[in-house]
Amino acid sequence: MTDWPILSTVTFLPLVGALLVLLISDESENGRRNIRSITLLTTVVTFVVSLFIWTGFDTSQSGFQMVEKAEWLDSGISYHMGVDGISMLFVILTTFLMPLCILASWESVQKRVKAYMIAFLLLETLMIGVFCALDIVLFYVFFEAGLIPMFIIIGVWGGKRRVYASFKFFLYTLLGSVLMLLAIMAMFWEAGTTDIPTLLTHGFPAGMQTWLWLAFFASFAVKMPMWPVHTWLPDAHVEAPTAGSVILAGILLKMGGYGFLRFSLPMFPLASDMFQPFVFTLSVIGIIYTSLVALMQEDMKKLIAYSSVAHMGYVTMGIFAMNVEGIEGAIFQMLSHGLVSSALFLCVGVIYDRMHTREIDAYGGLVNNMPKYAVAFLILTMANVGLPGTSGFVGEFLTLLGVFRVNTWVAFFAATGVILSAGYALWLYRRVVFGALTKEGLMSLLDLSTREKVVLYPLVVLTIFYGVYPAPVFDVTAESVRALVENVTASINAAQTAALN
Amino acid sequence: MTPELSNSLALVTPELIMVAGAIVLLMVGVFSKGRPGALVTTLAVVVMAVAGLWLAFYTGEGKAFGNSFVIDPFARFMKLLTLGGSAVALIMSVRYTRQQNFDTFEYPVLVMLSTVGMLLMASANDMIALYLSFELQSLALYIVAAIHRDSLRSSEAGLKYFVLGALGTGMMLYGISLVYGYTGSIDFDVISSTLTGKERQIGVLFGVVFILSGLVFKISAAPFHMWTPDVYEGSPTPVTAFFAVAPKVATMALILRMVMETFQPAAADWQQIIVFVSIASMALGSFAAIGQRNFKRLMAYSSIGHMGFALVGLAANSEAGVRGVMIYMLIYVVMTLGMFAFILSMRRGDSNVEDISDLSGLSQTNPIMATIMTILLFSLAGIPWLAGFWAKWYVFLAAIDAGLYALAVIGVLTSVVAAFYYLRIIKIMWFDEPSGGFQPMAAELRIILGLSGAFVLLYVLIGGSVSSMAQAAAKTFF
Repeated sequence: MTDWPILSTVTFLPLVGALLVLLISDESENGRRNIRSITLLTTVVTFVVSLFIWTGFDTSQSGFQMVEKAEWLDSGISYHMGVDGISMLFVILTTFLMPLCILASWESVQKRVKAYMIAFLLLETLMIGVFCALDIVLFYVFFEAGLIPMFIIIGVWGGKRRVYASFKFFLYTLLGSVLMLLAIMAMFWEAGTTDIPTLLTHGFPAGMQTWLWLAFFASFAVKMPMWPVHTWLPDAHVEAPTAGSVILAGILLKMGGYGFLRFSLPMFPLASDMFQPFVFTLSVIGIIYTSLVALMQEDMKKLIAYSSVAHMGYVTMGIFAMNVEGIEGAIFQMLSHGLVSSALFLCVGVIYDRMHTREIDAYGGLVNNMPKYAVAFLILTMANVGLPGTSGFVGEFLTLLGVFRVNTWVAFFAATGVILSAGYALWLYRRVVFGALTKEGLMSLLDLSTREKVVLYPLVVLTIFYGVYPAPVFDVTAESVRALVENVTASINAAQTAALN
Repeated sequence: MTPELSNSLALVTPELIMVAGAIVLLMVGVFSKGRPGALVTTLAVVVMAVAGLWLAFYTGEGKAFGNSFVIDPFARFMKLLTLGGSAVALIMSVRYTRQQNFDTFEYPVLVMLSTVGMLLMASANDMIALYLSFELQSLALYIVAAIHRDSLRSSEAGLKYFVLGALGTGMMLYGISLVYGYTGSIDFDVISSTLTGKERQIGVLFGVVFILSGLVFKISAAPFHMWTPDVYEGSPTPVTAFFAVAPKVATMALILRMVMETFQPAAADWQQIIVFVSIASMALGSFAAIGQRNFKRLMAYSSIGHMGFALVGLAANSEAGVRGVMIYMLIYVVMTLGMFAFILSMRRGDSNVEDISDLSGLSQTNPIMATIMTILLFSLAGIPWLAGFWAKWYVFLAAIDAGLYALAVIGVLTSVVAAFYYLRIIKIMWFDEPSGGFQPMAAELRIILGLSGAFVLLYVLIGGSVSSMAQAAAKTFF
């Protein structure tokens, strides 16, 4: 089992499923059912296989594991895959969310099912690849190629303003990434390789670090997204089909945070140190501003989208605290947000499928005829607020703790975001679920169907499980994060000593 | 026969095959009954294939005819690319010329003669060879542009191309005379060694500017691009396909040889020119294409932009840069041929349509065609993992190495702008409602489009060998 290239298997398994789907005609109802089943089966098998990554993972190591390396294009680019404590759980998160997405689109997607499923399977391959890639060019290829299926998903199966949203999503992200591409080239000439483990130990000159950091920041800040380059996200979320929103919130946003952890921090520690106040400022403004904006939203998806931006503010803040608490908190926050916001979008999807509107005012009193839905939604809302006992609390608390050690004022202002999040989340919940069931159209709504239960309940259970017992996550991340913080601190200290002498 | 002559003849065998073939085919055309267009075209493709095989396997390397003709790995690479482009463009023309009623046998013969000129361009090693080969390909191209003589637009395109082309050639000739006057030689090697170690001479500088202007005209880079949209739109579509690939490859080969060898001592001077031309082309190609509604016109601006990107590698003035340009041209040719195979297949009823809006909802009416087209468009936009991304990767890699940061940043930013208009076509095909599909594609176009799509899609698997091939060829100059 040890020699088996498990990362490549997990990465390219969805592609095999996509090829199978390609062969089936979606003209008939039977064909469409087969396409859905094959896609579901592929994603489930991918998830099961990916669990072997977790079981085979050695938590006492800080370096990369399950490494595969092969000659690829010449000129120093290689096909190099591997995971460490930082990336491994994101792979699992991706494979875990994927079957849920397919199930969530089981009935809501009726037109062009074949293309839809192929796009999702392709997207899965590319997303897993991002987290497994150990060559920076390979990383870029996966990172950037994900735009293609997502563009099609938003544009074809999206809402009314889908064209605008898909273009904005594509061009915004592309604009950020091309600068990173140039930075990658500069790194190649400087270090003579694009191999990530080698680059991690390279030690770039201080002046160069500043420019490289800025170029990478342009890409990851857009992807994250950080205030003020977040404006593509609400549009993309609102217009995307439910499963598209889930993937956006659950996985694509995490690529930015992952990029900061994998590249910006360890490769450019001096620049990261220098830009720390800058990132803190943007994060705090982002948290408070987007929380306030979320309060004003009339559209449920838009509200959750803005709350995502706020939560990602905690992540960037935690990462750039550059201590163990902050970074562990940021990783946990990303994973937790991956579960919680995905689940919230699925919740919106449940009622959207019934009523075909996302207006908050169109709902009210759903608790009367949808009690199971109300409970699930409640737990997820609480997790979004960061109530102790849910996974949302652990990440927020740790990032705030980490930042508090570095800068009290930043922690203070960021903490106000917790209060604001309670404001918008609970208000949303009250307006949608509580109150009298007066609206005519809502009277006949049915509670969660079996399919919807299968989609939502695992997320609810995991939210509580990781809120009460977060150890499985920290066991995995601890060693890698410790090593990362050690390296970064050592480089910064060395530079400071050198400057003093 | 002296050994020098027989040696020389051995080196130019592929060109001799082409010339002899063209003459024989002309006779075949004249003396056969009926409409021999298709027959002559088929035979022309066969002759090109024979010449290509001969070039690939039986032709040695060296200099011929008193140093005026050179064949090296670089020339071989570019010649094969030119031949491939010409042959595919010819194959695409058969059905179209018959449908449009101008399937004359002169067309393939002219394309062959023009191709001979291009092959010689890639090998030219003195100013006379340069000028003669350049004129041979140009004169044939002018006629080919106007080959559909019943069509007003085609005649207009031919005339426009001729007048502006003559202007470009005139400038080039003037430049050649200046260079000759200041260096006393027409031989590339002698010019190069005369310039080495000397101070900058203003006369030579002027000569370089004029020669480059004439050459840049042919690859339709800004600011010498004005003819491109009209000629692209007016010429019959297979002719446009031919224009879009073969002359560009050959001229790019000539530019590369001139600046990398002949004017290498004056690198600091021509580098500025190339940087300017490159930025102007990328910017113009990206912004001007946004407003286009006609597909062929859009392809014209797209090709202007692509030439700008290819020149980024040239501006780097390094081995990595030359390799980048070669890979770029290869990928550009494959993508462009695929695009034109698609444009030729945009048939509704009995006529071809050329408007972008005619594509609406194509993903539902002709899903396979639309999917391959989407792959090509994403590739043209330079999105990884498709071939177009790697083309840009290699040229920008060279630019960063050479320290041309401003050029690289402007380049990637314009590529985002360019992505917009490619995305717009994808949007029309995927997001808009169907407006009636096209007729099923012709077999040969289907194969060309399919191969082009497969190349673009699977480039990541073969990229290593392509790159090392180009690397070996690029070593020629260093």
